[in-house]
Amino acid sequence: MKTNSPLQWLTSREGIYYLLLALLLVVALPLLLDPFRLNMVGKYLTYAFAAVGLVMCWGKAGILSLGQGVFFGLGGYCMAMFLKLEASTPEATKHQSTPGIPDFMDWNQITELPAFWQPFHSFSFTLIAVIAVPVLLALIIGVAMFKRRVGGVYFAIITQAIAAILTILIIGQQGLTGGVNGITDLQTLMGWNIRTDAAKSTLYFVCVGLLFLSLFVCRHVQNAKLGRILVAMRDQETRVRFSGYDVASFKVFVFCLAAGLAGIGGALFTLQVGFMSPSFVGIVPSIEMVVFCALGGRYSLLGGVYGALLVNAAKSGFSESFPELWPYAMGALFIGVVLAFPNGLAGLYERYIMPLEKRLPVIGKYLDKDDDAAPQAPAPASDQLSAEKP
Amino acid sequence: MNAQKENFLLAVEGLTVSFDGFKAVDDLSFYLDPKEIRVIIGPNGAGKTTVLDLICGKTRATQGSIRFGGKELTKMKEHQIVHAGVGRKFQNPSVFEDLTVFENLEVSYPQGHTVMGALAFKRDTAVIEAVESIADTIFLSDQLNEPAGLLSHGQKQWLEIGMLLIQKPDLLMLDEPVAGMSVAERKKTAELLRVITRDHTVLVIEHDMQFVGDIADRVTVMHQGKVLSEGSIDHVKKDPKVIEVYLGH
Repeated sequence: MKTNSPLQWLTSREGIYYLLLALLLVVALPLLLDPFRLNMVGKYLTYAFAAVGLVMCWGKAGILSLGQGVFFGLGGYCMAMFLKLEASTPEATKHQSTPGIPDFMDWNQITELPAFWQPFHSFSFTLIAVIAVPVLLALIIGVAMFKRRVGGVYFAIITQAIAAILTILIIGQQGLTGGVNGITDLQTLMGWNIRTDAAKSTLYFVCVGLLFLSLFVCRHVQNAKLGRILVAMRDQETRVRFSGYDVASFKVFVFCLAAGLAGIGGALFTLQVGFMSPSFVGIVPSIEMVVFCALGGRYSLLGGVYGALLVNAAKSGFSESFPELWPYAMGALFIGVVLAFPNGLAGLYERYIMPLEKRLPVIGKYLDKDDDAAPQAPAPASDQLSAEKP
Repeated sequence: MNAQKENFLLAVEGLTVSFDGFKAVDDLSFYLDPKEIRVIIGPNGAGKTTVLDLICGKTRATQGSIRFGGKELTKMKEHQIVHAGVGRKFQNPSVFEDLTVFENLEVSYPQGHTVMGALAFKRDTAVIEAVESIADTIFLSDQLNEPAGLLSHGQKQWLEIGMLLIQKPDLLMLDEPVAGMSVAERKKTAELLRVITRDHTVLVIEHDMQFVGDIADRVTVMHQGKVLSEGSIDHVKKDPKVIEVYLGH
């Protein structure tokens, strides 16, 4: 009994969850928060893209990547390169020994724009690259690893190594990448000043829109037979193989999907924050992304979004008062999640809050009816069902 | 000889696999006729499961050939071997515990096996009918919407057999299908196998001699990676070598 019309879907349990998130992000937060705070929420949401990708890759398919920061960073750097070139007009850089190239290149005695920077003069190329570059790298890593049946903890370690390698590479090639400072001082996007409050709130809504688009794409994948195959692979990889599937190609697909999502998040991060640096690429941010996903509930797409929002909000709050304590708090949080509630907030919600909401006067009955109707047909396992895994 | 060979569904010739010098299967040859029910028996460590692993591509042969309907399987990938028509059931039931019985069978349905195919796959009436008819065969019609993790051990074994049947393989390979089953489940499984064997070629590993006698057309006895004896159940039961190493006096 698949819901057919969008209206039917919006009034189903899942639809209501999406509506609530939309209300929160589109109405409540913009009304309640000042532009500065709203911009911060926008920044948190860019991490939600990476977290949602991890829900697909880690939660659904069981492939733990400790290198999502790489893809987030690549997307972010692609966008930053475009913005930097736009900011580095010959007039704006006329005091440099070579005008017309980014300032950090000039400082590093580079006199000509490197070849790989050239295409980033084009905005349409940049938009494609934001997704294509991370996906291409994921494709190469995926094919190299999964075709050789490298998986589990070995794969996680390799992705982490790649995060370390990319950070070292970016820092080492200061003249080409801006080094440890990253690419800074980004002002305008096609002549539009992205530093004003109005621009920041516009970008916030663009970010929310793209996040929902990404959620719908993932939801589509999850509800297709492909989604069931991913779950099946997580349980019994051998059985999937001997049911006639080329397991590696499915793993490559979901890894590329997660990489593409992280790339979009990275580009939106650059736009909203105004710079990109290696500190968003390496091991620590990559592991933070796994924490967002784990805390929200790694089997739940929406859980990934809430995980990214809450952990980042806690991080900001904590860091403002006790900056040196945050790493410990996050470590404790991660250990706590793993030990006490392995299905994250989504799992807690399901276990403790869902039974309560049925007691609510009107809504409870309404949702109850919805639940009763659901199991009659073999509907694809929803987030809620798969989160019940012991 | 060559003309005769063409009639075999499966021809295993000179098959050898060595793990660090230990030959688990040693210069093994046997042939399967279409629609034949062959049972492999033998003591533990005789290499029975390894033979199935070699045929389905889980283990790679060191030497020898496995020809199936004119195709050489030793060079093919696991999923290609499945598409060629070989289905394999493992000794421990391996079903997808987080998916429902329906979804388990649907995933095994021979359609949409590429990434794009799996995205575009539609649950149409043909799929639903195929799943329901198989579920009926494997006694799981009432459990279609239950997660497979909640099934009993025996029901999981049946589900896995169902997952093979829905692939419509030419050759079914079953590794100890009744191991760990209750008496009642064992009886039902024998009944199920009798239905299956009507229109499939089946290669079974089994220890239960009563059960073997019930279903086998021919029996191959393996010992230390080699064929010790081959023929009808009565023939191998009387073979002094088989009595010596396997059946006991």
